[in-house]
Amino acid sequence: MEKIVRTWIAAGALALIGAMWPLHAGAELKIEITQGVERASPIAIAPFGAQGAQLPVDVADVISADLNRSGRFKAMDPDSMMSRPETPDQVRFKDWQLLGQDHLVIGQVRPAAGGYTVEFHLYDVLRGGEMVSYTIDSPAADLRRTAHRIADIVYQQLTGMPGAFATRIAYVTSAMGENGKRQYKVQVADADGFGPQTIVTSPEPLMSPSWSADGNKLAYVSFENKTSAIYTQTLATGQRQLVSSLPGINGAPAWAPDGSRLAVTLSKDGNAEVYVLNLQSKALLNVSNNRAIDTEPNWSPDGSSIVFTSDRGGKPQLYLAPASGGAAQRVTYEGEYNARGVFAPDGKSLAMVHGGGGGFRIAVLDLASKSLRVLTKGPLDESPSFASNGSMIMYASKVGSEGYLNAVSVDGSVQQRLSSETRDVREPAWSPL
Amino acid sequence: MKPMKIFLGVFLASVVLAGCSSTGKKGEGEEGAAAGAAGAGTSGYSGGAGGGLSGGAGAGGGGRYGVADLDNPQSPLYKKVVYFQYDSSEVAPEYVAVVAAHAEFLAANPGQHVTLEGHADERGSREYNVALGEGRGKSVANMLKLQGVSDAQIQVVSYGEEKPACMGHDDSCWQQNRRVEFAYPGH
Repeated sequence: MEKIVRTWIAAGALALIGAMWPLHAGAELKIEITQGVERASPIAIAPFGAQGAQLPVDVADVISADLNRSGRFKAMDPDSMMSRPETPDQVRFKDWQLLGQDHLVIGQVRPAAGGYTVEFHLYDVLRGGEMVSYTIDSPAADLRRTAHRIADIVYQQLTGMPGAFATRIAYVTSAMGENGKRQYKVQVADADGFGPQTIVTSPEPLMSPSWSADGNKLAYVSFENKTSAIYTQTLATGQRQLVSSLPGINGAPAWAPDGSRLAVTLSKDGNAEVYVLNLQSKALLNVSNNRAIDTEPNWSPDGSSIVFTSDRGGKPQLYLAPASGGAAQRVTYEGEYNARGVFAPDGKSLAMVHGGGGGFRIAVLDLASKSLRVLTKGPLDESPSFASNGSMIMYASKVGSEGYLNAVSVDGSVQQRLSSETRDVREPAWSPL
Repeated sequence: MKPMKIFLGVFLASVVLAGCSSTGKKGEGEEGAAAGAAGAGTSGYSGGAGGGLSGGAGAGGGGRYGVADLDNPQSPLYKKVVYFQYDSSEVAPEYVAVVAAHAEFLAANPGQHVTLEGHADERGSREYNVALGEGRGKSVANMLKLQGVSDAQIQVVSYGEEKPACMGHDDSCWQQNRRVEFAYPGH
């Protein structure tokens, strides 16, 4: 319990700084489930008691939406509830059994110094017993995130996997500005699409947002000076740093798990190569060493190796090289086009853009069994990014003149589409925390 | 030095070709529109005298083409786009004349700079496409250099699939998007 409280005080401090960002909020992303698991588990989240206080967030509603979005749960409409218990003594399991619910969440939000104290209980309706209860201190500005955190705890209790609802996504938008010129933005929103913040705006392309492992910074590519450059930016302060603007390509930044280095693509010596850039010393280590195209690096979670795209064999395929330098080994053989490989959080599989024949789809390669599973339908799917719990992969697709973000569960059973008024959204990057 | 001779040969042939017909396979979208607005009213090839280059041409600056030719629909320099095959950065024979004309102009005007903007179609992953676009830009840059243009005059910038000339998701659009554009400051 203590740990959770402490985490939330820290998060609250961040949120306060966040509230002072000199940034513009953008259009919200709307998420719809386009495919769920066949037997989603029925769960009731009773409206949380507020002791008469007017709350800025409907906590039960946020939890319900999170669980619904996972595709694994079907949250009950509060209007159909026979009772609305706020405390454990008010819970009558018979009511909920009658309504066909497997689980029940109740809770209360009590005003406290600087914010709220949120208490909640999760019950197994069929057995008629409590599974878990928590009390969480939440700064006022952070109540929505606290609701996501509760959804995370419920999800973990019921599925055995950590939740990823209290995470964020970074993405790139492209739209015509008021001046009739195209405008590119890197934005960050909650994983449910709420509260998008613009991190940077440019009349020239912005690309390839990448999170630092602590979730505090983004690296991205900007063409704002009519040539490519890599920047890092601290989200809480907006402070921005130019880290690479060498002649040629400065692209595909990927943060090392320890935060001290970036893997990048540079073509300063004539062709696209993958380098590890030490952010302190600025030293560069070439880890691809080949005259072909080498790009799109991504670190293994333990930081020992880097996967990248190379066409050294004639077509783009994924290769794995030690992050400290050394010979690269080819890892993909199925299909004529495999690119933008990203490691799953457990390091056991790679998601990638898998092309050939009819189009480009998102596929996952199990590194031990070498089996490749194609998860999406294409035809123009790209930029896969894993949720921190490894359960879902977010990716971009194109339909007509519009670009969408989508998410698919790693078993392919659940699919979501995230749409935005901006119409052209791409390159999702799911935050690690 | 053998490649140089070959290229000069190709180059001479292409000048003749270009002189015969300036209505090659061209006219796709944005490029024509942008240049057309600026180019109205200029006539014929300006020759050496017309080459009053703002960038300060070197001794003997000018040659056969002048800056005005960049905006003159009758001039080979008006064509500023080279198109490519899928997943290829090889300059096709039909564009050798275009590159040769720009090479002649740039070689004769060493103060003139050009940015070669490399582009790819939208298929596949974005950063790989940046690398593809750069390969295309470098192919054109190498041809220019073989024809006497100095390294310092050329900058290659690849935008990958980020700046499509055509927004559709079909072959005809993809064809227009796999390209290198000659971008001259102010033109």
